[in-house]
Amino acid sequence: MSLQLDVDLQRDDFQLQLTGTLPSDGVTAIYGPSGAGKTTLLRWIAGLEKSAAGELRFRDEVWQDHQRFIPTHQRQIAYVFQDARLFPHLNVEGNLAYAYQRRFNQQGPSPTQVGDWLGITALLAHFPGQLSSGQQQRVAIARALLSSPKILLMDEPLGSLDKPAGQKILHHLQALRQHINIPVLYVSHDIEELSRIAQHLLILEQGRMIEQGALMDLCSRLELSLSHEENAASVISASILNHDTHYGLSELAIDSSHRLFLAASPGEINDNIRLRIPARDVSIALSASTDSSILNILPCTIDSIEQTGESRILVRLKLEQQFLLARLTKKSADKLQLAVGQRVYAQIKTAALLNEGSPHE
Amino acid sequence: MRSLIEMNSMLSAADLAAIVVTLKLATITTIILLLVGLPIAWWLANTRVRAKPLVEAIVALPLVLPPTVLGFYLLLAFAPDSPVGQLWQYLGGEQLAFSFSALVIGSVIYSLPFAVQPLQASFEQLPKSLLEAAATMGANGRDQFFSIILPLSRRGIIGAASLGFAHTVGEFGVILMIGGNIPGETQVLSIALYDRVETLQYSSAHWMAGGLIVFSLLLLGFIYRFNKTASLYPAGRVRS
Repeated sequence: MSLQLDVDLQRDDFQLQLTGTLPSDGVTAIYGPSGAGKTTLLRWIAGLEKSAAGELRFRDEVWQDHQRFIPTHQRQIAYVFQDARLFPHLNVEGNLAYAYQRRFNQQGPSPTQVGDWLGITALLAHFPGQLSSGQQQRVAIARALLSSPKILLMDEPLGSLDKPAGQKILHHLQALRQHINIPVLYVSHDIEELSRIAQHLLILEQGRMIEQGALMDLCSRLELSLSHEENAASVISASILNHDTHYGLSELAIDSSHRLFLAASPGEINDNIRLRIPARDVSIALSASTDSSILNILPCTIDSIEQTGESRILVRLKLEQQFLLARLTKKSADKLQLAVGQRVYAQIKTAALLNEGSPHE
Repeated sequence: MRSLIEMNSMLSAADLAAIVVTLKLATITTIILLLVGLPIAWWLANTRVRAKPLVEAIVALPLVLPPTVLGFYLLLAFAPDSPVGQLWQYLGGEQLAFSFSALVIGSVIYSLPFAVQPLQASFEQLPKSLLEAAATMGANGRDQFFSIILPLSRRGIIGAASLGFAHTVGEFGVILMIGGNIPGETQVLSIALYDRVETLQYSSAHWMAGGLIVFSLLLLGFIYRFNKTASLYPAGRVRS
């Protein structure tokens, strides 16, 4: 049950070359800087980009090998393009019907259901030109779902939207997981966006695969450029222990010995949630200070240290199973004489909730 | 009714026959033009072959050549002892020269650029990205043609049909060369008009000339009005 790829594709002075196996369940992110070949890879998987050599297998189906090439319209995929690509001669209802009439699986969701999930029921009579780009993209996502595809490919679906419109769609995407369970390949250059929805991550640079694995693992790996970026952050999973209504806080358990307080989160007790803790918002103390305003101080062990710039270092801190990232100045690290294996206290200034809690994370 | 009777007195049976031949010729020519023009225009809009300008030039030739040049070569080709004439008779046709079929063939060739060019222009504007989107939804090439390409090229198709029709009605030189002037068979309006003037039947000539002007104005008015207001994309915007 997986997506096996082996591609060698030359376009002018760009070469996409990678071999690998991606999981065919959950959300797999394809991440990398612009020009890394993310879109080309996704288009190749869809059959929209052709390579002379290459092999592509989805579950037990061959999509391409040395003698076969299954054309796009027979792969039973759905594709959400960065530009929504709605059909201008059809209204929203017509666009949805276009996909629904050609759906790959009769058991799929109905236009009414999908319209409901994405909040576009009021737009059915509108034509694409009358919609905002955020609305267009929601219609495009609904249209893709109505195809009842075996896999959903999404190419920077928030790329051409402003921040609020993008956040709204992200919410819809997270909520969709309650309704349908199809594997998703999701291209983006925004790791924060990916942290919200992806479980698996493939890092692409200059047409080559740098690494792939669980998103939470890769985010805190010091040797990857991901942890060196300005907005680098660790992603942690936790479960809700209880809600403190007096202070408006929720108490979360990261593992058996680490607790965290967060502004009241919407989930139920025992729900699993995902947190994003920016490296720049974590500082290190040698003792558990009791005279600090910082609420979340976690005991941990220094796992590794890496110098990332002239004046900055990055420290990876081990909780029980999970890792935190802390970005410090070299001066403070020298002052504290930090060393691998040392027991320290991580002071966490901010932690952002990435999802609204789901029982099956 | 009165005006019809009046018209009847103004137009002889031969005149009416010329109108019928003209409309029949223009209708058949338009249908063939669309059938032949669509694939040629699609190919021209999408090919990257180096010979494309040559093919475009050949299609456009009737725009610049005097109709008599085309008519001359067609006359030679349609002669009973020419290869084309022989082949036509072998395939079961009657003699090609001076027949209605010859008029249709000549008209199609002569009006081809008027059909191909608007079609090609609208195919070139068609966002190919939409075809990719349709393919991801399971639409094969044929399906894409009918569900996306045709409706989005509606303006070009109606333009091509109208121009092809109007241009065939207005034809003179080619038909004079290859059609002869057989009333009820190959005598079209423009030739009949010429005939009436030659024989000094000015009243009949007035009716025909005036009628052609009104007809052409109406048709062209329709084309331009359609091009202006046709709201293919109700909010007037295509994102590609």
